[in-house]
Amino acid sequence: MIAQHLPILVVLTFFAGALLMPLAGLLHRRAPWMVAVCTCFTATLAAVYALLHVAAEGTVRYAMGGWRPPIGIELVADPLSTFVAVVLGLLSLIVMVHSREPVEREIEGEPITYYASAMLLLGGLSGIVMTGDLFNLYVFLEISSLASYALLGCGSARASVSAFRYLMLGTLGASFYLIGVGFMFVDTGSLNMADVTAIFAETGLTPLTTLAVIFILVGMGIKMALLPLHQWLPDAYTYAPATSTALIAPIGTKVAAYVLIRLLYEVFPAEAIRHLHLLDVIAALGAVGIIWGSVMALPQKNIKRMLAYSSVAQIGYIALGIGLGTTYGFIGAILHILNHACMKGCLFMVTANLEARGKGIRIDGLTAELRREMPVTAACFTIAAISMIGLPPTAGFFSKWYLLLGSYEEGRWIYIAVILISSLLNAVYFFRIIERMYLGGGEEAPAQAPSPRGTALLIGPVLALGLSLIALGVGNLLIVNYFILPMLPFAP
Amino acid sequence: MNPSLSQESILPLVAVLVSLAAVPAILLSGRRPNLREFWTFAAAVAKFACVLALVPGALRGETAGITLLPIAPGVSFSLSADPLGVFFALVASSLWIVTTVYSIGYMRGNGEKRQTRYFAAFALSLASTIGIAFADNLLTFLVFYEVLTLATYPLVVHKETPAAIRAGRMYLAYALTAGLLFLAASGWLYARTGSLDFAAGGIIESGMFTGGEMKVLFMLFLAGVGVKSGIMPLHSWLPAAMVAPTPVSALLHAVAVVKSGAFGVLRVTGFVFGPDTMVDYGLDTILAVFAGTTIILASMIALRQDNLKKRLAFSTVGHLSYIVLGAAIISPAALTGSMLHLSAHAFMKITLFFCAGAIYVHTHKTEISQLNGLGRSMPWTFGAFTIGSLGLAGIPPLNGFVSKWWLCVGSLETGREWALAIFLLSGVLNAGYFFPIVIRAFFFAPPTPVRGDEHVHHPHGEASAWMVAPLCTTALLAVVFGLFPNFPFPFFELAEHVVEAVMQAAPTAILPELPSIVP
Amino acid sequence: MLELFHDYGAYWMCFLILTIGLYGMLVKKNYIKKVIGMTIFQAAIILFFIIAGYKEFATVPVRDPGLSTENVDAYINPLPHALMLTAIVVGVATVGVALSLLIRVYARYGTLDEDALEDKMQ
Repeated sequence: MIAQHLPILVVLTFFAGALLMPLAGLLHRRAPWMVAVCTCFTATLAAVYALLHVAAEGTVRYAMGGWRPPIGIELVADPLSTFVAVVLGLLSLIVMVHSREPVEREIEGEPITYYASAMLLLGGLSGIVMTGDLFNLYVFLEISSLASYALLGCGSARASVSAFRYLMLGTLGASFYLIGVGFMFVDTGSLNMADVTAIFAETGLTPLTTLAVIFILVGMGIKMALLPLHQWLPDAYTYAPATSTALIAPIGTKVAAYVLIRLLYEVFPAEAIRHLHLLDVIAALGAVGIIWGSVMALPQKNIKRMLAYSSVAQIGYIALGIGLGTTYGFIGAILHILNHACMKGCLFMVTANLEARGKGIRIDGLTAELRREMPVTAACFTIAAISMIGLPPTAGFFSKWYLLLGSYEEGRWIYIAVILISSLLNAVYFFRIIERMYLGGGEEAPAQAPSPRGTALLIGPVLALGLSLIALGVGNLLIVNYFILPMLPFAP
Repeated sequence: MNPSLSQESILPLVAVLVSLAAVPAILLSGRRPNLREFWTFAAAVAKFACVLALVPGALRGETAGITLLPIAPGVSFSLSADPLGVFFALVASSLWIVTTVYSIGYMRGNGEKRQTRYFAAFALSLASTIGIAFADNLLTFLVFYEVLTLATYPLVVHKETPAAIRAGRMYLAYALTAGLLFLAASGWLYARTGSLDFAAGGIIESGMFTGGEMKVLFMLFLAGVGVKSGIMPLHSWLPAAMVAPTPVSALLHAVAVVKSGAFGVLRVTGFVFGPDTMVDYGLDTILAVFAGTTIILASMIALRQDNLKKRLAFSTVGHLSYIVLGAAIISPAALTGSMLHLSAHAFMKITLFFCAGAIYVHTHKTEISQLNGLGRSMPWTFGAFTIGSLGLAGIPPLNGFVSKWWLCVGSLETGREWALAIFLLSGVLNAGYFFPIVIRAFFFAPPTPVRGDEHVHHPHGEASAWMVAPLCTTALLAVVFGLFPNFPFPFFELAEHVVEAVMQAAPTAILPELPSIVP
Repeated sequence: MLELFHDYGAYWMCFLILTIGLYGMLVKKNYIKKVIGMTIFQAAIILFFIIAGYKEFATVPVRDPGLSTENVDAYINPLPHALMLTAIVVGVATVGVALSLLIRVYARYGTLDEDALEDKMQ
């Protein structure tokens, strides 16, 4: 009985959490954090249950309010959407658990509004993932975007400037998406994704649809930080409070990538895609993004900025996988959504830990004291760095393996070179930090008293994600076989 | 799954895991050095026991293995103990025991810091080396190969001086690039053929790739394993890595890491490409050119080094290419020589490095010009050094002579007289750069103490027994293997099995085999 | 060629407003002007949808007892209007968030000019 409501459960849980937040804030100062953690936990449970249910029984479609599609709004839980929802839920849970100390330290005023915004953000993102209606997607997109502008903008005033610039570009992107949806509506008369797919299958391509496709892609490209539409990302991630970045960086752009996958592979007419060589364009942009992001990360002196540029490069991998258009490329892209979420979540939480211990985030400021004072954090940073470089047996190696195989299938030697060169560049800037963390210090010192500020909450999530990278690497075929292969029937 | 897996056995996995399990134990007992050293020693002995247990089965031609779990579509993470793997594992695991004893002496004698990190990294390195030995397919091989790079990095930068950090960066740059090229090659092979398994005689058949593609694929694989096996011009990291403590240089850069590279060459040429493909596409010529050049150039550069460890490093580069050249000469005798040289050079070079370390710890001397007359106060050390030098120059009855013999036979058999010339010339050069050291040590007078030099430490006698005993052991084993190639480890028999499998031909001998006392 | 302008005049108006809004968003240096540009930009999109839903000689989509409900051509399409109500709300919220951010920026830096802000932030 609960199964038929699965698509709405995840979304509703987050919104319920957002609504409960002010009540919780009245009770106790720490209550909003606890409500946030409970909400994320419940939502993750729902998402995992949905994933397993859909893997066993098949797609679940849910008509909101009982209004049947194509007039009514439909939510769809299929293998792809439930997979992304689980990634969303797990990452949000881990980051929320971690967030108590950073939020208390960095956010002035009551944490109620912060956590409420976070819940709205997650609700919006899960709505994007679950929805089967094009305009509904815009609504959830804007909900999540507005919440992210707020989350990225609190903290310092510098953060507000970068958030404002992100707002400008983000609204531009969402509006382009809306224009595209408008064109498609004019052409097909429907807003329901499945319906539009069917209509396109019959009628084929028109100039208006082509224009619609381009607008939607540009809009989503801005949201996804696909080169050259990525300008907002480095500043926004660098100056935002630690938890905001840790929450948004792993999942925000991935959801936009999900939208791209959904639209390119399912909704848009294949004819339009072939005609415009869209997949090739996206793969090429992804490849340029990979190199550009890696190169720009090299000279950075601020860890968060370095990680932000690195994120641009990693989005490039996903775009490359999408653009390859083969089975292996697709598997690589989806797996990388999961892997990168875990890697970046771990890395940004490490920077939050560094700030919590007063170490600062300048690379020159790192000393070998770190391996003594924050051994677990340093070790998890190393594991995540190894995964970003793409060395076995961590998760990052396997997503690159699939992308390599996909490139070989298509005979794109240049992409192979791009993947290899970027791995080396990653090695350069990550080992620079690892060197500073581990080498050049004194003799082994006796253990020190742990910091009194909720250390377990700071270390536990980081450790969980660090270990998960190894588990995801070793078990990657399990994930591919059970969860990713069922997504394939709708990929070309 | 490798179809030639004759029986399921958990032993290869245990052999790898034993030292992996020791790593946390070592890390946790950092405060109690004796316990920590105990863990290392126990792991080394246990690993060696596992490998020994696998030897009888390998001699019977069986392959004991285990498929752990699939890690990519169509490829599993699987280990199998075939004769070549057991051969390499025997060398590595037996030498780890002596190196552990030696390390204790060296680290304590020198008062080195960060010993816990050292021993833990060592354990991890050996775990990955055995993993490389027992890897059943290219992907498993690559996983352990990269882990080896990561595990040996802390050992290279152990001293944490600017020179060490620079050497570490160079090592990483070379090794990671090599790993990526190897990855690219494996991906290409898998995308084209759908298989990454090692099979004696090769899995690549003619026609799978065009001629040009075959050469590019081979070059990619060669670059991948060539960095670790010191093929010029990819060798520069090895002399730079000599800044590491001597036990590291001894085991890793004379045995584990570089022999992993040479082992990789043997796997790639014999088990991925196969003798037929190598000959058909001219790949053997490419390999031979690189190897031959390396042998000669490295030997000549070694002549000019005054730093003892650097001279040994370049000598290693040269000798590794003996193994590679042997693989390039596609003949049963040469392949036998290749494998025998893998073990022979390991035992001899480790002896030489042990001697260099003992000299450094006891007298703080690193340059050859400083070694005048030391032979008289450190007779055992320099005696072992002499044995090692004789062996590397190819003088009977040492094991270095046996392996060289087979290599030369192989060259003659296939009509490659130039290879024979290279081996002989290199032998002369070896003598040229080793014998002067021996002569200096024994026959030159020690430097007379200068006035004002009283504060300089002029020690007498040998270094601590912890260091001298291992180096004498390995020197003795070098002699024993020379006289009895199958005692106490059946190296020759294992080599025979490998050659038979790869070449479908048994090594023929022009002279009768040397007698073995093992029934 | 002229039919393109004549028949689709309303859409060209819409496109013009969009361009003006885009110009304001991207070119203007003052942040408030950027927000105004954004509002104009979003208004253009809203207008586009409304225009797209228009039918000649049709009336508002409120049921007229004089016309039968079978006659769909008599009523304009209500769906774009409903969608655009949502879009207007989204636009309002966006402006609200934008202005809140600008209040913070102004409180800290005392200016809302892009170039001056660049200097102050260094």
